[in-house]
Amino acid sequence: MIYSVTGHYSLILGLCVGLALVYFSIRNFRNSNQLDTKILTFSFLQLFFVLVSFISLIISFIISDFSNETVFNNSHTTKPLFYKISGTWGNHEGSLLLWLLVLTIFIFIFILRTNNQPIKYKILTVGFQQVIIIGFFLFLIQTSNPFNYLFPVPDEGLGLNPILQDPALAIHPPILYLGYVGSSIIFSSALAATTLKIVSTSWAIHIKKWVLISWIFLTLGILLGSIWAYYELGWGGFWFWDPVENVSLMPWLALTTLLHCILVLERKEILTSWVIILSIATFTLSMCGTFLVRSGILNSVHTFANDPERGLFILVFLFALIFLSLFIFFFFHQTSKNNSSNFFWLSKETSILVNNWFMMYFLSVVLIGTVYPIFLDVISSQKISVGPPFYHKLIAPFLIPFLFAMAIGPRLKWIRSDLKDKIYLISLLIISILISFFIVKNFNTNILINTILISSALYLFFITLRDFFSKKYKNFAQNTAHFGFSLLILSILFNNLFSSEIITNLKVGETYDNSKTKIVFESINQKKEKNYKSIIANFNITNSEGINNNLSPELRIYNQPNITTSEADIKTTLMKDKFIVINLVQNQDYFNVRYQVKPFMLWIWLSVIMISLGGLVSFLQKRI
Amino acid sequence: MKKKLIPYSIILIFLIIFAVFYKSLKDTNIYTPETKINNDIPIFSAELLLSNENSNSTEIFELDKFYLLNIWASWCVPCRDEHPILMSLSKNNKLIIIGMNYKDNKKNAKKFLDELGNPYEKIIVDKNGTNSIEWGAFGVPETFIIYNNKIIKKYIGPLNNELLIEIQKIIK
Amino acid sequence: MKIFKNFVIIFLLMTINNLNANENSERNEITKNLRCLICQGQSVYDSDSDFANSMKILVDKKLDEGLSEKEIYIYFKEKYGDWILYDPGLNKNTYLLWLLPILIFLFGGAIIVKSFIFKK
Repeated sequence: MIYSVTGHYSLILGLCVGLALVYFSIRNFRNSNQLDTKILTFSFLQLFFVLVSFISLIISFIISDFSNETVFNNSHTTKPLFYKISGTWGNHEGSLLLWLLVLTIFIFIFILRTNNQPIKYKILTVGFQQVIIIGFFLFLIQTSNPFNYLFPVPDEGLGLNPILQDPALAIHPPILYLGYVGSSIIFSSALAATTLKIVSTSWAIHIKKWVLISWIFLTLGILLGSIWAYYELGWGGFWFWDPVENVSLMPWLALTTLLHCILVLERKEILTSWVIILSIATFTLSMCGTFLVRSGILNSVHTFANDPERGLFILVFLFALIFLSLFIFFFFHQTSKNNSSNFFWLSKETSILVNNWFMMYFLSVVLIGTVYPIFLDVISSQKISVGPPFYHKLIAPFLIPFLFAMAIGPRLKWIRSDLKDKIYLISLLIISILISFFIVKNFNTNILINTILISSALYLFFITLRDFFSKKYKNFAQNTAHFGFSLLILSILFNNLFSSEIITNLKVGETYDNSKTKIVFESINQKKEKNYKSIIANFNITNSEGINNNLSPELRIYNQPNITTSEADIKTTLMKDKFIVINLVQNQDYFNVRYQVKPFMLWIWLSVIMISLGGLVSFLQKRI
Repeated sequence: MKKKLIPYSIILIFLIIFAVFYKSLKDTNIYTPETKINNDIPIFSAELLLSNENSNSTEIFELDKFYLLNIWASWCVPCRDEHPILMSLSKNNKLIIIGMNYKDNKKNAKKFLDELGNPYEKIIVDKNGTNSIEWGAFGVPETFIIYNNKIIKKYIGPLNNELLIEIQKIIK
Repeated sequence: MKIFKNFVIIFLLMTINNLNANENSERNEITKNLRCLICQGQSVYDSDSDFANSMKILVDKKLDEGLSEKEIYIYFKEKYGDWILYDPGLNKNTYLLWLLPILIFLFGGAIIVKSFIFKK
């Protein structure tokens, strides 16, 4: 109880500090010989209050204080300690508190670590960030207070969904939010820089580190979500074009494009409009994602509880930010008319433009696919679904020229380039096509598109691979990231082509044999755990090469809430995953068994890690 | 003037987007499949629960009479809640109530009826749930009003007093 | 360098081992495209709910009766509306859906090309 009170009042104090910060910023802006130290101390104070609030909530979860409505709705006394703690941010209110925490941490670090920039710029960034922070404070206190009081105090909570009790899912939100919320700094500082008309090379160098941090965490956050979906949701898939997944992908696309533009801007004064717009767009898309997921407007596995009042607040807040940004952009920004925008069509500048072009296309596909059903429903009351077939059809063909551009683009010079090593490039291309055709021709479906897709990915793969050893191309960070990307596409394509699956119903003791694979349902163990009953099924599986595996998928029957989950057993090796799931069948004494062989799964995860590694290398590099 | 066109049109676009999202928030967002009314009833044959014989849709549904098809199961909690309403409707001789026992165990189904009463003139067994999909249902409980081999009304979820009055009006 | 390249090629080829033809692959394709109506955003293929399992049995039955993939989709659209299909198809409701991204792509390309013609 005391913790709820502490947490609640801490929030209110934090809000007050925010208002004070706005006041000090305005005052300091007018008289800006040096940064008012109060701004630094008050930022720290604000961070402190939010931290106190956050810790109060964690403690309330740990001690199962059910007088707190959030704890009551999302926890249970039998929950293991680790999940009690992670339950703090696994719900709507707590996750917003986490947003606030990261928002305040980042602005504090920004003030502390920004040294070579004009004072006015720092102050203005703080100002814009406070607009966001205050908005979130109001949203939290008004519609999503984590410290609502329940009386009479219930004895027991409603329990966290057991599907959410998972290590990957526990750290997925914090990592993802570091990415989402990191983009708030980029947003605020881009607006500040635009207002002061200092969007330039030196600003780009300064902001690049923030872009990289945000980008790395966003990439890893999305990766964690996919890994979790893969082994926990028990279907063997890792990406479903589910609205919440799309909503994390969109800021990532904008942020990646922004990263490329910043890498250009730090050397030449071009693409300033792109940089500003993308900075605004990334954070706007993050906020838009928050809106879509929490307002009840979308149907998804991941959505939080529906609440139109919350949706309305975020909608108004989001569009206020959009209109503010639009105003600042149109009023203050002047496109540079200098000569550095003269470049030949075959040049590095063009390849970046081509990159932007394709990335914006991909972004529009995901955005339109996610949001169109809402529009159609409002305008004509027709309900349609937009699922994987839509995204695959619109994205796959465009990946082909995109991958080629990724291979050629980095080798071009600034302003004007001619393509050296033409013979070498063309011969690699032919090799890629031949290999790819050889791989694909054993299948009857979609030979042409698969061949071309695989060859373009292979091409990028060979080119970047070779560049690691070449002395001429020194950009190790870029090469790692692009190589990782080629590996990702290849892994996904191969996984798609070569996965196989057996679905059958088996009783204990029965065997399934189709002359390629033999599945023996050997036995069952039953166990009682702390908050669930466990049924473990033991299988022995032999494949056509005579290799034997023992796999034991599990069924967990929880008491609070009363649901049954299926835990897959996955044997992961370098080249493939063997994946098995069982499910209960209503009123029957047999189980439904699903066995999949999925090649290259590990490489999908490793390639994304490699992409982030490229970002990390860039972050740690000293400026030449 | 042209220079101002771009900013203003962009702002206009965002205003429109805002309006659409705003309206969509106001509308309900639980999707119920358009109640496809005036569809023909599916043609099927199935086993009857209490007699173990087979029957088919032409035998069960005759013309010029009102039928109510109720999909239920012994393991379904809201079905218990709506059962009294079915019992009171069964007393109305303008309406013939047919039951569809969904993914259930015969013993449990019979126990359910012994305990709460049997309002159904006939009960069809839908062991694997495919028959209810033929009707366009997707869960339990669901209720259909049929006349002249057409579905004239569909209720998703348990019946309540309000719907009871509505049904009584329809069959007059 | 060439040796390394050849090594990579051979390595890749060796890892592409037995290509199991999928059993039920047509039924899988169809159920991947059908939405499970009582789940929050899962396909019938992925879901294990009652509704999804009944749907799978029904799809098998329809395939046995000889219906084609398209006919099965029409059959379910009749009962549940367009919402049950994940592939939004091309009809009067979805022209804009498919066209808008393409238009954006062409528009972007036009701007880039124009900026080069402009310079000359």
